[in-house]
Amino acid sequence: MNSNNAQTPPSGGRGASTLFDKIWDAHVVSTVDGGPTQLYIDRHFCHEVTSPQAFNGLRTRGLKVFRPDKTTLTADHNTPTINQDQPVNDPISRNQLDIFARNAVEFNLPLYFPLGHIKNGVVHIIGPENGFTQPGMTIVCGDSHTSTHGAFGAVAFGIGTSEVEMVLATQCVLQSRPKTMLITFNGKLGKGVTAKDLALYMISKLTTGGATGYFVEYAGEAIRNLSMEERMTVCNLSIEMGARGGLIAPDQTTFDYVEGREYAPKDEEWETKLAYWKTLKTEEKATFDKELVFDAADIQPMITYGTNPGMGMGITDSIPTLDEVDEAGRISFQKSLEYMGFQPGEKLEGKQIDYVFLGSCTNGRIEDFRVFANFVKGKKKADNLIVWLVPGSWMVEKQIREEGLLEILTEAGFALRQPGCSACLAMNDDKVPAGKYAVSTSNRNFEGRQGPGARTILAGPLVAAAAAVTGKITDPRN
Amino acid sequence: MGKYITFTSSVVPLPIENIDTDQIIPARFLKATNKDGFGDNLFADWRYNKDGSPKLDFVLNNPTFGGTILVAGKNFGSGSSREHAAWAIDGYGFKAVVSSFFADIFQNNALNNGVLPVVVSADFLAEVFASVNSNPKATLTINLQNQTITSNATGKSETFTINTYKKECLLNGLDDIDYLLSKKEQIEAYEKLIK
Repeated sequence: MNSNNAQTPPSGGRGASTLFDKIWDAHVVSTVDGGPTQLYIDRHFCHEVTSPQAFNGLRTRGLKVFRPDKTTLTADHNTPTINQDQPVNDPISRNQLDIFARNAVEFNLPLYFPLGHIKNGVVHIIGPENGFTQPGMTIVCGDSHTSTHGAFGAVAFGIGTSEVEMVLATQCVLQSRPKTMLITFNGKLGKGVTAKDLALYMISKLTTGGATGYFVEYAGEAIRNLSMEERMTVCNLSIEMGARGGLIAPDQTTFDYVEGREYAPKDEEWETKLAYWKTLKTEEKATFDKELVFDAADIQPMITYGTNPGMGMGITDSIPTLDEVDEAGRISFQKSLEYMGFQPGEKLEGKQIDYVFLGSCTNGRIEDFRVFANFVKGKKKADNLIVWLVPGSWMVEKQIREEGLLEILTEAGFALRQPGCSACLAMNDDKVPAGKYAVSTSNRNFEGRQGPGARTILAGPLVAAAAAVTGKITDPRN
Repeated sequence: MGKYITFTSSVVPLPIENIDTDQIIPARFLKATNKDGFGDNLFADWRYNKDGSPKLDFVLNNPTFGGTILVAGKNFGSGSSREHAAWAIDGYGFKAVVSSFFADIFQNNALNNGVLPVVVSADFLAEVFASVNSNPKATLTINLQNQTITSNATGKSETFTINTYKKECLLNGLDDIDYLLSKKEQIEAYEKLIK
């Protein structure tokens, strides 16, 4: 088990430790003079898009993968969401997947889950559901949404491909210690308000760069009341305000989720780990570099209107007018609205849309499908609307069938696709055409993110469900 | 990754805030399995029309501007962790990116590829944009050894921060893997400790 390391310096000179400090300090191997920390990594997730150049690097240097048992691989970013049992059509994508498979073999990596494997799916979904993700761990992946795993009380963050190579070669990365931020949500979320809305609300307050340089701990009644999957949605979006990562102290909700999963500790090891995990909380006297408090009752269902996730508003609100925007940011604001085809001051409720996407590492878990199915039950999909329902993994897909959700969805006129990142980043054929509007449960509304010229409106699974049956931006509370 | 000391260059101005890595290199170009050729698709959706012809109003297609320093609005490189963004900037020929604020992961990725992210004050950044606006040939001088950036149009200079270790890496053409590989014994000792 991870215990405090004698070589470890005290937590940034502070007396009492935050949860982040405890985990970080327990993983320090060394500190470079005048430079970063050498941090040991407990779990490394790899996918096909950001790893090939790292494996090339190992090959060039004649290196092996240092700890194959701590490396989990899944193909997800550049994969089709139909006919996965057939060869991939696009030869360049197929080549990338073939190389990924060859690397897994050449470097002796047994935890490799290719297309069609029951453990295959979006990396940040299969990690937790198979029990790879555990409290107290350091977790990295060549993907910025690695922050998702922070929901378990882990220090999890995205890295670049050079760093993927470092972890493959040495199970360590060099990182500067981030500052710490505490964000507290007091009170309870209102009816029809989801974890995604909470996150979009927070990002709209902090802006897209508002937490850059910080590692965030989420706390408060509204966070404690979230399920494990909802916590993952919140932590997932930490990066969208620039945070290095976000985490939530583990509690009974966490332990209940982890227990019994395939790669989770068992028997005696479980008891030892559990005792340690229970110590993973911020001490009362610990201080953060920054603290923010929000009231959960202030949050309504959220949508975005612009081209970064910080440009969000309540579904009944209006887009800011030019006067309400900082002068320095006005050019970017106008460019953004021009791309979206919106006017300053415009209300978006009731606006016609063309596509709905339910899925991604943000909202592709079973609870998201339950929320969506529960809303559309007995209703019909809107005409002239294309709806992509993409489970985050084959295990989620299986659950959708077993719980009878597929029948509800089919009855309402929806079809299920096969797992993958899909229209979240549109590397495959799931692209929203130029100029079309998509209500999307994914994480980024950047220009071209869902296809060149695509216009993305980020929302939670409930707003997506309401849009799917009305064909318009609709307040699901009505 | 070559050695890196002092250089002077005219700049390419991109006065837009929150330029994310999907703009720097769109996802559809991430299917490659090596690091070559990304420079051709740097800012692809801003740079090219659908038919592949250049969008003449985009700064990279404007022969008035050029140089090895990209100057961008605040919060440059937000979004995805794709190192392809750094490969694209490097591949195009930029040696440094100047902004008042960088996203964390991008900053690491840039440094790991010998592209220097230079953080300047908002005022300095505004003045650089203004001087390039009035004279596209205006130059900046970046001195990594002394950690200074100078606008040769205004004569104004600022110091920038970079951690000593990363600075040494850039000055000597070393990378993090060399360092980590030299720590193998300590890593194994750490693993014994946590068992």
